[in-house]
Formats: sequence, C-alpha cells, structure tokens
Amino acid sequence: MSANAVGWAVADSWTMTRRELAHWGRQPVQVVVGLVFPVMLLLMFGFLIGGGKGVQGDYVDFLVPGMLALTMAFGLEATMLAVTQDLNKGVIDRFRSMPMTSGAVLVGRAVADMLQSAAGLVILVGVGWAVGWRWHGGPLAFLGALGLLLLLRFAMLWVGIHLAMVAGRPEMVQAVQILVWPVGFLSSVFAAPASMPDWLGRVVQWNPLSATATAVRDLFGSPAAAASSWPAEHAGLLAVVWPVVLVAVFFPLAVRRFGRLNQ
Amino acid sequence: MSLTGAHADDAAIVVEGAQKRYGQKRALDGLDLVVRRGTVHGVLGPNGAGKTTIVRILATLLRHDAGRVEVAGYDVRSRPAEVRRRIGLLGQHAAVDEELGGRQNLEMFGRLYHLGARRAGERADELLARFGLADTGSKAVGKYSGGMRRRLDLAASLITDPQVLFLDEPTTGLDPRGRAEVWGAVRSLVGGGTTVLLTTQYLEEADQLADRITVVDRGRAVAEGTPDDLKRTVGGDRIDVVLRDARHLDAAAALVGPDAETDAYRRRISAPVADRMAALARTVRALEAAGIEAEDIALRRPTLDEVFLHLTKETEPGDFADEEVVA
Ligand SMILES: Nc1ncnc2c1ncn2[C@@H]1O[C@H](COP(=O)(O)OP(=O)(O)OP(=O)(O)O)[C@@H](O)[C@H]1O
Ligand SMILES: [Mg+2]
Repeated sequence: MSANAVGWAVADSWTMTRRELAHWGRQPVQVVVGLVFPVMLLLMFGFLIGGGKGVQGDYVDFLVPGMLALTMAFGLEATMLAVTQDLNKGVIDRFRSMPMTSGAVLVGRAVADMLQSAAGLVILVGVGWAVGWRWHGGPLAFLGALGLLLLLRFAMLWVGIHLAMVAGRPEMVQAVQILVWPVGFLSSVFAAPASMPDWLGRVVQWNPLSATATAVRDLFGSPAAAASSWPAEHAGLLAVVWPVVLVAVFFPLAVRRFGRLNQ
Repeated sequence: MSLTGAHADDAAIVVEGAQKRYGQKRALDGLDLVVRRGTVHGVLGPNGAGKTTIVRILATLLRHDAGRVEVAGYDVRSRPAEVRRRIGLLGQHAAVDEELGGRQNLEMFGRLYHLGARRAGERADELLARFGLADTGSKAVGKYSGGMRRRLDLAASLITDPQVLFLDEPTTGLDPRGRAEVWGAVRSLVGGGTTVLLTTQYLEEADQLADRITVVDRGRAVAEGTPDDLKRTVGGDRIDVVLRDARHLDAAAALVGPDAETDAYRRRISAPVADRMAALARTVRALEAAGIEAEDIALRRPTLDEVFLHLTKETEPGDFADEEVVA
C-alpha cells in the first residue's frame, strides 16, 4: 500500500466510525441498555447469588474482575448482532460498489465496539467501586489490567465479525449466542476451578476467559482462585497469547470474507 | 445471431457470453450486451430473467463464472477499483443508511468518494436541492416515503457524476409522480454524457427512456434494437377483440386468426393482420356467425408489450399471463 492508500484507509475508517457513532445518537436507548446489562449481571451475581466456591477472601473482590472479563467476552454477541444486521442492509451494497477501502466498514464497526466496551468497562469499574470492590495494585498494574480486558474484547470483536459473516442471518446469531453462555460460565469468572470436578477444572483453566480473569485478578491484587497449575500460574502470558492468536486467525478471515461477500 | 455489433472503443459496457450460476440455477446463460457511450440502454425482462444479476456483476458486487465483462474499458473482475471509480449504482433495493438522515447519508458517501469534508457537505446540499429533498432536515431515511427514498438513492449514485450509471428497476413501486420525477432525472443526466443501463419490467419506461433495448429472458439476450426495431419484429398492424364473455375466448381466437394471442384477464384476443379493413370485416362477420358477442374491436400498431410477450414466449410458453409483466 502506498502512503496515499494508507491515508485513505484511515480516512475511510474514520468516516465509517462516525457512521456508527451517528447511529448511537439515533438509538440512545439501545446504547444505554448495552451499558446497563453487565451492571445488572454484576449486581445479581454479587448480591443475589452470593459467594463463589473455593474463593479465598472477599467474594466481591473476586467477582468484579471476573465480571469485567465476562463483559468483554460477551461483547461477541453485540458485535455479531450488529454485523449481521448491517450486512443485511442495502447500504452495504453501496459501500462495496464505491472506490473506498473495503475493510473500512469493518474497522468502523471495530472502533465503535471498542469505544462502547471501554465506556462499559469504566461504568462497571465505577459500580464495582461503589459496591465495595477495591484494587490493591499500583496505577500501572491497574492500566495493565484494563489493557488485558480490552485486548480480550478486541479478539472477541474479530471472532464476532467473522462468525457473523459465516452465520449470515440474525436468526443464526441466536444459535451462536446460546453457545457463548456455557463458554462464559465454564470459566473462573464466578468460581475457582479448584472447586470443580477435576476434569472440569482443567478445561476451565484453559478457557481464554479464565486466563484474562486470573491475570486481571493478579494485577488488581484481588484474592486468587486458589489453584496451582501451569495455566493458572501463567495466566498473564495466556491472557496475552490467547487474544493475539484469536486476532491473528480471525482478523484475516474476516477481512477476506468481507471482500468476497455474495460471491 | 450476433448481438454485439458495436465497436469496443465506443462501448461503455461490454458483456460477452457471461455465465453465472447460483448452485444449480443458471441466472446468466451466455448473456451478450453492448452499450455505447452516452446512450441509455434498456434491459427488459420478466421476473428472474437475470437483470439484477447482470447489474450486480457490472457493479462489482458479484463475480461472474465465465465470459467477458467490461465497464468503461476495465475488466470488472481484474480491475474492480477502476470500475468503481467510474460507476454509480441504483440497486433494486434502497442502498442508503436508513437510520441516518438524507444529508448525513450523502455527506458520508461524499467523504467515502474522497471529496473532502467541505466539498462532501456542499455536494450533499446541491443534490438534496436538485432532488427536492432540501427540507427533510435530520429525519431518518427509514421514515421517508418510497419516492423520497428512491430519489435519495439516486442522488447518492450521482455524487461523483459517474461515467456509467446502473439503474435496476428504478421506478418499481413508485406512484406516477415519483416515476415521472425519476424519469426527468434520468433524462437530464443523459444530456451530460452519462451512459445509463436501465433494467425494467415496464415496457413504457424502456420506450420512454431507452435509445436501445435488450430483451433478456432466462439469462440470455433474446433480442436487441431500438424500440421501433423491436416493434417491427412483431410485424405490422394488429386487431384487438374484447369479448363480453371470457368463456368464448378460445373459440373466438380460432376465428380471428392462426397467430391470435389471448389474454383471459382482459377477455382480449390480439392477432397480427395483413389486410386491415378486410380483416376487420371478416372478423366481425365470423364472430356474428358464431354468435360470440364482442365489446370492442379495433385495429392498432403493435406495442412493446407484444414484442416482449412474443419474444419471451418463444423460450418459456404460457408463463406470462402474470399481471406485472403485462401491465
Ligand atoms: N442469491 C441467489 N441464490 C439463488 N438463486 C438466485 C439468487 N439470486 C438470484 N437467483 C435466481 O437467479 C435468477 C435471476 O435472478 P435475478 O434477480 O437476476 O432476476 P431479475 O431479472 O432481476 O428478476 P426481478 O425482475 O424479479 O428482479 C432467478 O431465477 C433467481 O431466482
Ligand atoms: Mg431484479
């Protein structure tokens, strides 16, 4: 790509991001619901359902980092839904028949979703603080934790964009959504893997979500999910490697697939 | 039969032997089409003929399986970026962002055509004014009437004054006023040298707008020429008989002539005639003798409808009593 082409790619991506932001302006209720839902989940699990199994120390300190990670992972659904709805709109045909950078439509989606998730993260951290959660690490560790969370979201974004294009129709997304929940719950978000049956605990530890949740707990200085196994001890590494691998696989797949829509 | 008579240098669109299948279904089956620069070319065909398929291939939205397809001198498959720089597309379905306002849409497309933020805004205002949408404010396009949305769609396809404009059934679903507006816009473009490829099921539309017409059926061109050429292919004058009672249609058709076509819905028989007055007298007498009552008998020149039915019937008999096609 020439410098000029890169410049246009950036400009086109920015135009497409503005389009998504303009949609927010038109659908404020949807945006608010998207932000409130994880807060409800946090309050529900924190207070209604109560203490997690095998957790040493304060459950809220354990739960909040897990919920942050879960919210990032569930962003997959929002992305998928938005992409399938978008691809079924006629306007995509116009974009594809124009001399614009073809990936810009996807980048616009990506930036908008990351902005929404970052906002969601800030709100959730605020609510967590309000209900008594505290982090015990330094400011760098805190920012590192947020970075890992957004990295997981970024990976889920490209997984979501690709799966949405494979699924095609919004109805198909529901099928995937049903599968997302067990993946979300078969993790160390709510309970320590050590409290689970041995085989299940082992699966759960290797879940990318568990890696991020555990690494974020370490960085926050939150109570650990008492377990000494390779994936638990190298959670920080896994919390970087997992998302990077997912992005490396799904980003090119998604861009390629978008270029070949309706072929 | 060679349908591609024009020289390639003055052709804005060249399609030779284009093939496209969807699974087992052959949507294009060796389609040929040549459109000269600066002309309006009508592609006429019944539902499922392959009109949208060829437009999408020409607009680089769909890849063809085989054949040669060029727009403005560029191969759509190997040089899609060059093609996209030179075309405008008005698809069969609205291709604007329904959640945004009209101006927001046009400004966004202008930026994506790399006009720059200021010029994109100016261009949006020019086009809104030109298509009578200047006072729509920030109302979401989803709340527009069908005609307004179509006009906005057309405005969006004209942002950069394209060399080649594709219009896929531009007036389907519009009321007569909306149709007249779109027709006016198309005519004003042609003065500016734009090449227009227009698909339609309305023969009147092709007759009104197109310099030349290609009749497409089952993914193939079955005839090509000026509207007058095509009318001539069906022959000279025709006699129309409208019966009081549709049950006598077949009996009456046999009396009117061997090539008579019947339209049960309109209780009408239509047949080519060689000897005008003699045929009229003969028909009146024959119907009287058979005791079949006629509501109306008239002589007239053929219409494009008949050309269309005549040509598409050869390949798929009896399938076009359908109101939409005849209308
Ligand atoms: N995505 C698709 N998958 C399978 N078959 C398709 C697809 N798109 C079109 N077809 C089939 O290909 C044929 C040509 O379709 P096309 O849409 O090009 O026709 P058309 O002339 O535009 O018809 P209409 O007047 O109804 O718009 C039809 O038989 C149609 O059913
Ligand atoms: Mg069509």
